[in-house]
Amino acid sequence: MAVVEVESLRRTYKTTTGTIRRRSLEVEAVRGVSFEIGKGELFGLLGPNGAGKTTTIKMLITLLIPTSGSARVLGHDVVKDARWVRERIGYVFGGDRGLYERLSALDNLRYFAELYAVEPRNQKARIQELLELVGLNGREKERVEGFSRGMRQRLHIARGLLHDPPVVFLDEPTIGVDPVGARELRATIASLTQSGKTVLLTTHYMFEADTLCDRIAVIAHGEIVGAGTPSELKAQVSEGTVVEIEVYGVPDGAVEKLRAVEGVRTVAVEDRDQAQILVVGTAPGTELTHALLSRLDGASVGRVSSREPTLEDAYVALVSEP
Amino acid sequence: MRTLRLLGLGWVFHMKMLTRSAFNSILGIIYPLFFATIAFFMFRAGDDPKPLLYASLGAAVMGIWSTTSTSAGAAMARERWHGTLELLVAAPTHFALVLLPVTIAMASIGIYSMAATLLWGWLVFGIDLHILHPVEFVLAVPATVLSIGALGFLLAVAFVRFRQAWALGNMLEYPVWLVSGFLVPLSLFPGWVRPISWILAPTWGINAIREAALGGAALDDIVMATLLGGVYTLAGIVLVNRALKIARTRATLSLT
Repeated sequence: MAVVEVESLRRTYKTTTGTIRRRSLEVEAVRGVSFEIGKGELFGLLGPNGAGKTTTIKMLITLLIPTSGSARVLGHDVVKDARWVRERIGYVFGGDRGLYERLSALDNLRYFAELYAVEPRNQKARIQELLELVGLNGREKERVEGFSRGMRQRLHIARGLLHDPPVVFLDEPTIGVDPVGARELRATIASLTQSGKTVLLTTHYMFEADTLCDRIAVIAHGEIVGAGTPSELKAQVSEGTVVEIEVYGVPDGAVEKLRAVEGVRTVAVEDRDQAQILVVGTAPGTELTHALLSRLDGASVGRVSSREPTLEDAYVALVSEP
Repeated sequence: MRTLRLLGLGWVFHMKMLTRSAFNSILGIIYPLFFATIAFFMFRAGDDPKPLLYASLGAAVMGIWSTTSTSAGAAMARERWHGTLELLVAAPTHFALVLLPVTIAMASIGIYSMAATLLWGWLVFGIDLHILHPVEFVLAVPATVLSIGALGFLLAVAFVRFRQAWALGNMLEYPVWLVSGFLVPLSLFPGWVRPISWILAPTWGINAIREAALGGAALDDIVMATLLGGVYTLAGIVLVNRALKIARTRATLSLT
């Protein structure tokens, strides 16, 4: 049986515009998402900002009620059996928030241990064990306000694991953390599945998903646009070439013009210092450099290069599809 | 047993939070002394010492109510800003047990304000702190503090549901001073104000404290303050589930 089962999950937000003449708007953040996560699996939900990752995770951890569809954790509905589910899940999110800054790490952990009904006689040992796991041993009596981003993030993970939950939801846990800190966090995340936990990880970072995840679902505009193992996703774009064109100011309509060239599969724009890089995925056996440059008439073009596609290209291709 | 432990540890946790800021603590120390001074100047006319003790006790309970009404909203706003509100809701503990210690911690800080007010009156204005019924006084003070804490809990439930409800807490500070008779006797108000006063636990709390101090019968008032505190708590427990369901439906928990 799957540990997490998500079926046609949908979530709409209502928002208003205007001050005097207020108008109500509906925004569809998640549009019928379905997936399953097996026991002990590390499942990645990958997508750009605003794709619906956090909304999906918040429905699974019972903080948001879905507009329609259903989600079950360990066979229990996240709306009807919210309390049962809460007892068995851990939730960790990225960023500076979510901690009582004026208090020590130990105070934070003790309070949440109480809220998660960790047996009083086990609390001390459990907190110590987690402090060692996340590398905060010896710093637990310091106020959180003096912690670096990486230390805060590790404290978040310790907090999320206090009650030893079988299912852990990690929402962009490495966001804003320096490379060394992020690497340490990834090692901690990897150790969770080794101890038998089921993990749902959301991230922006393709390499992170590639390194950690058994399976990945790519989400864009509230829909899952691709799913599979990292190798399966790579295979989707392993044939063909990527042409990178450095441009100083992308002319209006240039992306559409490039997309219209026969043999072009995807076009994405990346900012790099003063320039922009047009990343064009092309079909195998085509040589399109000349055709592409001719569509950029009038633009100031710098370096042009071609290379083999990477997993990131697969991701960009999936999330860029109109 | 677990509930009591949770309430106790929650109270200690939030007391630590409230007392960690030196700036807030200094304000908390000075603020009640202003109430006390204003009240003493208002009531100093005449030689009878009774009105002065009457004013002193009123100013003391004003401090408890002011701390609770303004801080309950600020505490919930702080949970939203710190992103901890979502984590508290996502925990398996009933949310009422999370909120109650927050408001009781605030009301407890009010006990300091009570002690400071009475001490200030004694040291600066020479008001005799002779309590005629000490046993009833000792019962009346916690009954008042807890019932005001329960009213703060009810307000805090509103703060969970409505993001800007902290303004309501601030807005209620002065009207409750008036209609609960902290400084002005209720008999001076029009008749339609009475029912509002009766449903407010601070009205019975201040009456109980005054009666105990000045030699009247305080027990009925103690019972009423306690009963109303219980009603607020029960109403809060029922309403908090409803407020959370609406907040989870409308996605307002993460908003600041």
